[in-house]
Amino acid sequence: MSEPDPAGAAIPGAAIPSADADYALQAEGLRKQYGDTVAVDGISFGVRAGEIVGLLGPNGAGKTTTINMVLGVLQPSAGTIRIEGIELARHRSRALAHTNFAAVYAALPGNLTVYQNLRFFSLLYDVPAGAIRIEELLVEFDLQRLRNTRSGVLSSGEQTRLALAKALLNRPRLLLLDEPTASLDPSAANLIRSRIRQMALRSGCGILWTSHNMYEVEETCDRVLFLSRGRILLEGDPQTLPQAHGAASLEELFIRLAREPLATEPPAQQRDRRGTPR
Amino acid sequence: MKLRPIAAIALRQFYLLRSSPTRVLPMIAWVAIDIILWGFISRYLNTVASTGVNFIASLLGAVLFWDFFTRVMQGVTMAFFEDVWSRNFINVFATPLLISEYLTGLVLTGVTTSLVGLIVMLVLATWLFGLSFFSLGLPLLPFLLVLFLFGIALGVLASAMVLRLGPASEWLVWPIPALLSPFVGVFYPLAVLPAWMRVVGHVLPPSYIFENMRSVVGGHGYSGSGLLIGTALALLDILLAAWLFTHIYRYAVRSGLLARYSAESVG
Repeated sequence: MSEPDPAGAAIPGAAIPSADADYALQAEGLRKQYGDTVAVDGISFGVRAGEIVGLLGPNGAGKTTTINMVLGVLQPSAGTIRIEGIELARHRSRALAHTNFAAVYAALPGNLTVYQNLRFFSLLYDVPAGAIRIEELLVEFDLQRLRNTRSGVLSSGEQTRLALAKALLNRPRLLLLDEPTASLDPSAANLIRSRIRQMALRSGCGILWTSHNMYEVEETCDRVLFLSRGRILLEGDPQTLPQAHGAASLEELFIRLAREPLATEPPAQQRDRRGTPR
Repeated sequence: MKLRPIAAIALRQFYLLRSSPTRVLPMIAWVAIDIILWGFISRYLNTVASTGVNFIASLLGAVLFWDFFTRVMQGVTMAFFEDVWSRNFINVFATPLLISEYLTGLVLTGVTTSLVGLIVMLVLATWLFGLSFFSLGLPLLPFLLVLFLFGIALGVLASAMVLRLGPASEWLVWPIPALLSPFVGVFYPLAVLPAWMRVVGHVLPPSYIFENMRSVVGGHGYSGSGLLIGTALALLDILLAAWLFTHIYRYAVRSGLLARYSAESVG
């Protein structure tokens, strides 16, 4: 395990999160292999309660694979996942009761109305007083006038709001958001980001957020993980990380990492990374 | 098992049925057509045959039982296909839902939709053709129970098959009842079958029902041991189907099939 970076910037061998009640999510040695292809290569990371962690990386870096493993719909080849300290592999149902997600690739059933979708998922998540919770979320996400509209005919922005409302039904302690504002106009995206940020602060919900919008990541995330070829390349504060690596912005750093991931690392860290897969 | 997640699966189907007459119509129309068609055939046979066999009771009764069984199976698979068609697996299986709760929800849906079909058939068969269904007496309950259990088993088995092979394998599901029907003797005694077909028929629970039904209609009573074997086989089939579904679900989670499941995943 490498030393902590004094600048709080690049931490290729960052500490594996210990079993701690402060962590909404702890992933340790997470690996997924399909035949000879390694999609995720032994990564370890954590998301603390109330923290928003950006999971960044180019297409095929392993972000969605990582999220699917945390959601329990993909079994890791190795490693452990704990949600609120509960080991997912052993207590799947209990762990997932604390989790929810919204993802662009997992649209809600288009043949159900907004209300029916929320009712369906509130029952699946065993939400007590689900009807009241649904009404709260319909108001919060400005969906009241669409309650009897089929989800399939909603605009992409409205579908995003519905997906977020569904993601908050069970007041999750861990929220996984895959490009949550991708389909929203700048004003709506800003509003959603602000709501999610407030929610994280207020409720102490840990959030793992993937996005290709670096402005959004800088504005929203407390910490980012750069994933490339299934490994965590960099980890740190999105405000200071670019400077620490000689980049003018997070976007520039992203582009550089996506094109030449290994060139950005000092030789000693490359050796360490190869020798001790995380 | 928790009640809310089970209710969710059944409620979703209710929402879909309520909002779409095109989903309700096939539940009623096909069974109605079957009863009317076979009702007239049975009535005609009663007029031309001098065997003393009551074709309304034996033939139309068999059609009614067989349609009930297929509706149970289809009720389970249709609820499962909703998740296939709406590509909803990640949303559903990323929740705390247990596989046992999911399967129970599918069964609950199958029960409800098949009962609608059964009621329609009973009303038509009684009203139009004077079928005295309840004259079968006490055995009626185990007859329906065994067919119901076997319909569930086949529904779960078919769902497991589609989960493993992909959405296009849906087309392999619909002919399953037709493939089984020659072996279980819906319209004829097993005795007329060649030996190898009789062996297959004897491991299929519905064969015990149709043999017993003909016996009761012919005034010879029913075989308690036959009904017991049929029930035991149907229960065994349910256990096997649930085991297979769970096994395939775990494979799908391990292999990434579940996460990638979509129309494009068909290889």
